[in-house]
Amino acid sequence: MNALSRRARSLLLWELLAGMALTLRYMFRRPVTVNYPYEKGPLSPRFRGEHALRRYPNGEERCIACKLCEAICPALAITIEAEPRDDGSRRTTRYDIDMTKCIYCGYCQEACPVDAIVEGPNFEFAAETREELFYDKEKLLANGDRWEAEIAKALSLAAPYR
Amino acid sequence: MPKVTIDGTELEVAPGTTILQACQQAGVEIPHFCYHERLQIAGNCRMCLVEVERSPKPVASCAMPVADGNVILTQSEKARKARHGVMEMLLLNHPLDCPICDQGGECDLQDQAMAYGFDRGRFDEGKRAVRDKDFGPLVATSMNRCIHCTRCIRFLNEIAGVEELGATGRGEAMEITTYVERALGSELSANIVDLCPVGALTSKPYAFVARPWELRKTESVDVLDAVGSNIRIDARGDQVLRVLPRLNEDVNEEWLSDKSRFAVDGLVHRRLDRPYIRRGGRLVEVEWSEALDLVADRMKATPPERIAAIAGDLCDAETMFAAKELLQGLGAQSLDCRQDGARLDSACRAGYLFNTTIAGIERADACLLIGTNPRREAALVNARLRKRYLMGGFRVAAIGPELNLTYPAEMLGDGGDALNALVEGNHPCGEILRNAKAPMLILGQGALRRPDGDRVLGAARALAEACGMIRDDWNGFNVLHVAAARVGGLELGFVPGPGGSGTAAILAGCKSGATELLYLLGADECDLGNTGGAFVIYQGHHGDRGAARADVILPGAAYTEKDASWVNTEGRVQPGRRATFPPGEAREDWTILRALSGALGRTLPYDSLPELRARMRAAHPGFAHIDAIVPAAWGPFGAAGPVDPAPFTYPVDDYYRTDPISRASPTMAKCSQLFGGHPDAAPRTGTHG
Repeated sequence: MNALSRRARSLLLWELLAGMALTLRYMFRRPVTVNYPYEKGPLSPRFRGEHALRRYPNGEERCIACKLCEAICPALAITIEAEPRDDGSRRTTRYDIDMTKCIYCGYCQEACPVDAIVEGPNFEFAAETREELFYDKEKLLANGDRWEAEIAKALSLAAPYR
Repeated sequence: MPKVTIDGTELEVAPGTTILQACQQAGVEIPHFCYHERLQIAGNCRMCLVEVERSPKPVASCAMPVADGNVILTQSEKARKARHGVMEMLLLNHPLDCPICDQGGECDLQDQAMAYGFDRGRFDEGKRAVRDKDFGPLVATSMNRCIHCTRCIRFLNEIAGVEELGATGRGEAMEITTYVERALGSELSANIVDLCPVGALTSKPYAFVARPWELRKTESVDVLDAVGSNIRIDARGDQVLRVLPRLNEDVNEEWLSDKSRFAVDGLVHRRLDRPYIRRGGRLVEVEWSEALDLVADRMKATPPERIAAIAGDLCDAETMFAAKELLQGLGAQSLDCRQDGARLDSACRAGYLFNTTIAGIERADACLLIGTNPRREAALVNARLRKRYLMGGFRVAAIGPELNLTYPAEMLGDGGDALNALVEGNHPCGEILRNAKAPMLILGQGALRRPDGDRVLGAARALAEACGMIRDDWNGFNVLHVAAARVGGLELGFVPGPGGSGTAAILAGCKSGATELLYLLGADECDLGNTGGAFVIYQGHHGDRGAARADVILPGAAYTEKDASWVNTEGRVQPGRRATFPPGEAREDWTILRALSGALGRTLPYDSLPELRARMRAAHPGFAHIDAIVPAAWGPFGAAGPVDPAPFTYPVDDYYRTDPISRASPTMAKCSQLFGGHPDAAPRTGTHG
């Protein structure tokens, strides 16, 4: 009986019709894909993307060279050198992140006592060479300036849960 | 012997022991800030509170001697609560600036707040603000962080012997200050940085440079004076960032002099990092093989009696041993390690060692200083003399120009005439030495480097024998060296052999043509101004005086860059260890001599440091005793005859700039400029500009 019904279905192209019916059904549903890069999916405020060094509203850089991010970084991606600035305050002279080493764990952001180093919402920083992924202080501060509005918003949204 | 019970464990301790010490003996940790075992007890931080049964209040354990039958509870609810309260109060005014504080990661307050503190503060009022003080170029202050433990005040008053720090005000208004704004005038000042349990006093040259967890720590030995202080070298990458003292009760206790601590920034300046040859009056960079071939050719072409070598003040024993083997193998006998011309005799060990030992100073009861200012020449020997003075019943007399030692010393005269009078027995002060139970004398290089230095040595020897300084159980005859290499060189016999000449004759020979080839092992302190047409080879690490005159420069390693041994003024052999690699093409010094021996076709019979050391120990068994004193047998040394009555001079003129490393150091240059080289000079007052 089983063998007979299989042969009958096969002869009448039943499987083909069932598959096409499924396809037809999906044509009337909402698509799950987005048309990247013209459309983008939603991001959590806690999304851990490209790093940035932030500034205070008066333009003063936040980073105080405490080196806690360097210490906690499990991938040893961060390198910091510091010395007293002319006004005697503690500042970095070098703040490098090797983005090829970084594992985007977000510990640096957790460790930072002044919310200076953050992982912003940007995930589109692919580069053609490795060298472009060795970020220095200038690049990170520029990131901070560019993304400050988004970063500040994400931090304020995540703040109640910290 | 009182019996006490600590947390249920019964313990017998010596009378007079404090509760805190008894707890430490029992292995119970009591948190504390102001208590320090080498300083007087102040009892003002209150962190060490414990509960003692039948005592109405918690007791400050650092200041309370134990009584028989005391039952001490360190973990009771009462003690715990008391500690919490004290910690909360200490943190009331302490700023929450750990991320920018240099003490972060090695801070007592941070650690103890983690262990004994609350997790939040209840203090809503404003914290106090205190103006930072200027303590000079070495110590940075951040007085908001001060918790008034007064360790710094006690250290400077008691151990350094300069009463420059004090406190004004009471309670919250209390401030640590120099009263008038001025730099701390002490050669031990930076020890208060180590003592400070918080970040109020930190190291200025090291400010914000690194965190303790980034550093690679190497236990080594200091060579900037002849004390041989034990140090820990902290390096990151290829750079030495700081030097800290390491505990050695027999040498430096736990202190370190400022020069030894801060001169390391000179290790990155004016370094020789590749070989040079002088061509047409200019030094030209060359490859190693070319430089070594040139040196070998010149050595082969020069008759051995016209070859001479002088070892500098920072030279390690292995290098001197290899150099001696190489040059004596060629037949050269003009070797000298005494570049200041000190008339010391290498035949009798007792004649050039600090026989009493540094720790032995504490057993002496009278001391005569001859032509030495230990405060500048060996700051930690001076600290030990001051420690002995504070114990009481210690008289110090000195022969030489006026000096300021931090303890009273009777000035017997300027120079040779006072020594002559003492030896002849017609000086009133001789009585003190003769009547003392354990008299000692310290003979400085200032007295020995004169032309009549051998007679000074002989006179000191006669005086030591006449005053009962030489007994089976006591040797009070001491020579205080300035150069870390000196005793090692004398032990190895790096002195003129038969028919050889000493430093002065070598240099005169360069002028007259009797010395045609001069090999300098880092020798910068001898007068190279007029060395005629001699071919000068300089092997060293800094472009200092020797390199300026050299015809060939062979770049060597500084003391932090090689595994090597040094012998301190007591004759204590101590190993230094490599913290970083030498810069550029520079090499460890013994390997340069080994390579040169290959180029000469007289290969030295060792390929590794252990082989070299084994050979050195076979020839000089004393080098097998690491960090130990081998007592020297008394014997004849020095010359008889009256001493020239001329005044003695002190060998160290500028404490901060005595060697190529400290001369290259920007920090030492700042200190030298500020103090004029004399941290011990008459203190400046408020009316000084």
